[in-house]
Amino acid sequence: MFSDYSASELGSIFAMQGFSGLSLFCVFLLMALGLAIIFGQMQVINMAHGEFLTIGAYTTYLLSVVTEKYIPGFMNYYFFLAIIVAFFIAFIVGYLVELGMVRHLYKRPLDTLLATWGLSLIMQQIFRSAFGAREVSPTLPDWLLGSYQLTDIIEIPINGMLVVSVTFILTVAVFYMLNKSRAGLRIRATTQNRVMSGAAGINTKKVDRYTFAFGCGIAGIAGAVFTTIASTGPTSGSLYIVDTFLVVVFGGAASLLGTIASAFSIAQAQSIMEFFLSGSMAKVLTLLTVIIILMIKPEGLFSIKVRK
Amino acid sequence: MSQNVFAADYPTDVVNTTGLAVTDDTVTVGILHSVTGTMAISESGSVEAEKLAIKQINEMGGILGRKIEVIQEDGASDWPTFAEKSRKLLVNDKVAAVFGCWTSASRKAVLPVFEKENGMLYYPTFYEGLEESKNVIYTGQEATQQIIAGLDWIKEKKGAKTFYLIGSDYIWPRTSNKIARKHIENVLGGKVVGEEYYPLGHTNFGSLINKIKLKKPDVIYSIVVGGSNVSWYKQLKAAGITSDKWTLLTISVTEDEMLGIGGENVEGFYSAMKYFQSLDNENNKAFVKAFKEMWGEDSVIGDVTQAAYLGPWLWKAAVEKAGSFDIDKIAEASGGIELDTAPEGYVRIHDTNHHLWSKTRIGLAKADGQFEVIYESDLIEPNPFPEGYQ
Repeated sequence: MFSDYSASELGSIFAMQGFSGLSLFCVFLLMALGLAIIFGQMQVINMAHGEFLTIGAYTTYLLSVVTEKYIPGFMNYYFFLAIIVAFFIAFIVGYLVELGMVRHLYKRPLDTLLATWGLSLIMQQIFRSAFGAREVSPTLPDWLLGSYQLTDIIEIPINGMLVVSVTFILTVAVFYMLNKSRAGLRIRATTQNRVMSGAAGINTKKVDRYTFAFGCGIAGIAGAVFTTIASTGPTSGSLYIVDTFLVVVFGGAASLLGTIASAFSIAQAQSIMEFFLSGSMAKVLTLLTVIIILMIKPEGLFSIKVRK
Repeated sequence: MSQNVFAADYPTDVVNTTGLAVTDDTVTVGILHSVTGTMAISESGSVEAEKLAIKQINEMGGILGRKIEVIQEDGASDWPTFAEKSRKLLVNDKVAAVFGCWTSASRKAVLPVFEKENGMLYYPTFYEGLEESKNVIYTGQEATQQIIAGLDWIKEKKGAKTFYLIGSDYIWPRTSNKIARKHIENVLGGKVVGEEYYPLGHTNFGSLINKIKLKKPDVIYSIVVGGSNVSWYKQLKAAGITSDKWTLLTISVTEDEMLGIGGENVEGFYSAMKYFQSLDNENNKAFVKAFKEMWGEDSVIGDVTQAAYLGPWLWKAAVEKAGSFDIDKIAEASGGIELDTAPEGYVRIHDTNHHLWSKTRIGLAKADGQFEVIYESDLIEPNPFPEGYQ
């Protein structure tokens, strides 16, 4: 298949292919970070995770409309504000969902699946009533839409670079928060041994609420960033949910490192196979590989060692 | 069309011998589209157009002197639901006609019901063809009408020799690309350098775009559908595949999709449809004006929306020609019906296969989300079972 091309052409293509694998990795990781916290730390199967991404996307859309109308001069920078606002709105909704629904179900993880599945349908219908069934597209600043030309063939998409950098910053922040801060310490303590943490003076209910809301907020950020590469509609969230769970489960539910490793391996596998095979075939093979590995290691790639 | 038709001239027991929902002053029809679920995005335009047509017909005095009443059901983007609701409309409500369905999957689900219960469906979407039924009038174009004229044009205009075919992974894109490939190889003497399918809802086209850059096709031929379109065009643009250096022809982007994609991401690419909102003729001007008055100044009208608008008008013409609401008589009368008032221009129902004669047009996408019509074919005969293309 490569015989007709010159070495420099091939080099360029592989460089770009490397970048597209990298950006797919970042998309997966960004999708999965919030869920890794909620599912990984709290064992809540949140089927509405995709809808929290959609909240972030619609927030960006609304801000773009408002900015265009009232402060057009701000158009170039509103996107950064949108990321922050998306986090807070998703955080608040997550907080309320925990308060109203999830906290009653902690002892019944499977019921969280059903309840949040229902929640996701309700949220989709709310989006549909509020924004209409048609897909919308926030107006993006021009500097985000172009590409950075390295050579004749190699063009690095700016939106891809944005996804990569946001993912990097966010992952470091989450990692730091979970492993180096007092709040993270409380989260880890609560998830590992709720009763003892309570006895040691940690307000476990409050920790649960903020952990859940934090995970949802991260999903909101992901949603805001994805407006640069994908569509925003009432059901956009459902596009992500399967892949997101795949990444988290494959990585090992309770481990952030596992999520990173899993996002990386699935993304690279899919991206490389897509180059040599057809799109659908690549997806099938990726899924098959994941299933086989999970049969061998049911806990996922990285699992916390617990005495059973 | 005489405007002074009185119901009294058409006694109910004469024009309705099969127990349909027809009274001395009303006739009831069904609208069956998804207003919830994934497909609501696409189908809402069709519902709006059908309701506009029915409203206009009623304002003209209705049909055989009877006002049209509507029962609307939601197919909920779920094919079994479509089948169930169509049965309800035909069996319980006894509707005289149904305007509905959008995807081929939903049409295939309701077809047996319509054939068994003897109903009449007006189906608006351009689709893969390979179907014909006494109980369906297809107001959209079948595959050959959309594909062949578009490919001929791009060959002539751009001297295109190599094509890269891309589609979403289900029946319509696959069948369409099959026809496209045959036409490129056997008629145009061109070469297909790649053919790829991605799952519906796929959002990452990085690897595909790299393959396209490597193969450098003269034409990227795209049948990507639904939400994937947004990612696809945004990523093409970000990777530097823009209309100043590349040619892209699609049969799956209408004004409706442009809303989500953003015109700036598709600018300069070509779309092959039979209708564009910007068509410059008196019928269309009146239609666009009426549509915006009813559904808001910001609404856009895509190809399927216009085809859906034709449904009630074609049904009215058939009923008047048959002098009856009976399904068998309408089915019989439909062949050869002409409509001079269609926004797309003149259309005629084919004498035998229940599809429409229509023109194919090429639209050049503009940044504001509209198309500039740059080419128009002659009337093309619908041919749902093309020889040598199967």
